[in-house]
Parts: sequence; structure tokens; C-alpha cells
Amino acid sequence: MNAHYPAMLRVALMYVRNRSVAEEVIQETWLAVLQGLARFEGRSSLKTWIFRILANRARTRAVHEGRSVPFSALISQEAEGDEPAVEPERFRPADAQWPRHWASAPQSWGELPEERMLALETRERIRLAIEALPPAQRAVITLRDIEGWDAGEVSGHLGVTDGNQRVLLHRARSKVRAALERYLAEV
Amino acid sequence: MATVEEDLSCQELVELVTAYLEMTLPPLEQARFEAHLAICPGCTNYLAQMRETIRLAGMLSEETIPDDGKAKLLDAFRTWKHQHTGE
Ligand SMILES: [Zn+2]
Repeated sequence: MNAHYPAMLRVALMYVRNRSVAEEVIQETWLAVLQGLARFEGRSSLKTWIFRILANRARTRAVHEGRSVPFSALISQEAEGDEPAVEPERFRPADAQWPRHWASAPQSWGELPEERMLALETRERIRLAIEALPPAQRAVITLRDIEGWDAGEVSGHLGVTDGNQRVLLHRARSKVRAALERYLAEV
Repeated sequence: MATVEEDLSCQELVELVTAYLEMTLPPLEQARFEAHLAICPGCTNYLAQMRETIRLAGMLSEETIPDDGKAKLLDAFRTWKHQHTGE
């Protein structure tokens, strides 16, 4: 159970904002898991089953907390419209020479020492950037990039189409990269 | 019809990065993407930054659990066990 705890906390926090509520949801989940273990039929993996219970409980709590917008609505809201991966100001205008090519090109991070990349402060910046994402984008990047689930597992868990998953992941990763770029350019 | 020679702009390329990494670009688009990368250091850096961002996000899963969270969970277990087994 300890091995699953950090992942469960992150998944619970996709639905409920409050940390102590998320911890309660995890406790309830484990109790439900222990009580239901005898009825677990092994048709899905134990991990999938546990996370399904967790997601259901967390959704229920989110409704009680007044966050009652269905997750499916968040998915379509956050995937629609235009949202550029990079601010348009960083590219040359359409009527310039080399239109829409970099005006302010990203720098290489290759020269930065590994210690800088792995520093607590850097991790904190990434964590905060992910926390600041809208819920569906946060859910997709959390499961894909932090937990390392594959696209199929995430579709199954969140009920998101492949196309929407890619859009949400794209928007989420683009914002986190931008935050990291700003931070690493600071000093 | 689009050809490989038809230039992809940097602004277009950054919007294709996730599809490229997910390997869902159609072959012609992928060829144009890679042809652009071959001549554009800015986009090469951009793609490398994106890969690094993903790598670092993956390391967040190794973060340790706060002790109070663990303790609360263990307490809940003890209570549950006690109620169900009378231990
Ligand atoms: Zn370029």
C-alpha cells in the first residue's frame, strides 16, 4: 500500500483540491479495497481496480464539495478552442522574412548541470506548474508523465478519446515546459 | 498536395511536438517535421526541452510520502483491523 500512496494522492488531488480531503478519500478507498478483496474477480488488474474505486470515491467527494462539473465536461472544455503552445510574440510576424520562425529561439539546456535540473527548487517549479493546470489537463499529465501510464490506460481511466487526450497532454506539457524555461532562464 | 519540401514554420512545428512524440503523425507530416528539425537549431532545442520536461516530470513520482499521511493511513488500518478481527 505504501508503494501506491503517492500515486493515489496525486490521482485523488485531480478531483478534490484539498489535501486532507484527498487523504480521507484514500483511506476510504483502502477500506473499500480490503472489504471488497474477496469479491475482486481478477478481471482487471488489482491496480486498475484500486484506482477505479479511488476515482469513484474522489468524484463523489468532489460533488459534495460543490465541484460538480462532470469530468467529461471539463475534458471537452479544456480541449476546445485555440491555445498556442508558445506565445505568438516569440515568432517573427507573418509578413517578415522567415515568417513564423523563431524571433526569440529556445536555448539549449544541454550546458546546464544535472544538479540544477534535479535540484529541489526545479522539481518544485515543475510541481507548481502542474498544480496550476486546469483539472483535465492536470489529470492527463499526472497519469502520463508522472505516473508513467500509457495512453490506453489513461483513456480507460478518464474516459477520454485519443484525440482529446493528445490535445490535453499537449497543452499541459507546453505550459510546464514554458514554466521551466522561464525558471531556468532566471539566474 | 503538401510535399516534404514545403516549409513548415517553427510556429507550426511546436504544435506538432506532442503528436510527434506520441508517434501519431502521418508519414508525410513526420518527414516534414524531421526535415525542419534538421535545419533549425531553435526547434531542435525546443524538442529537447520538451523531452527534458517529460523526464523531470517522471521523477516527481519518486517523491517521498509525507510522514503524517502515512501515519493517518496506518491508523485507519489499525482501526479497521480492530473492528473486523477484534485484535
Ligand atoms: Zn524551427
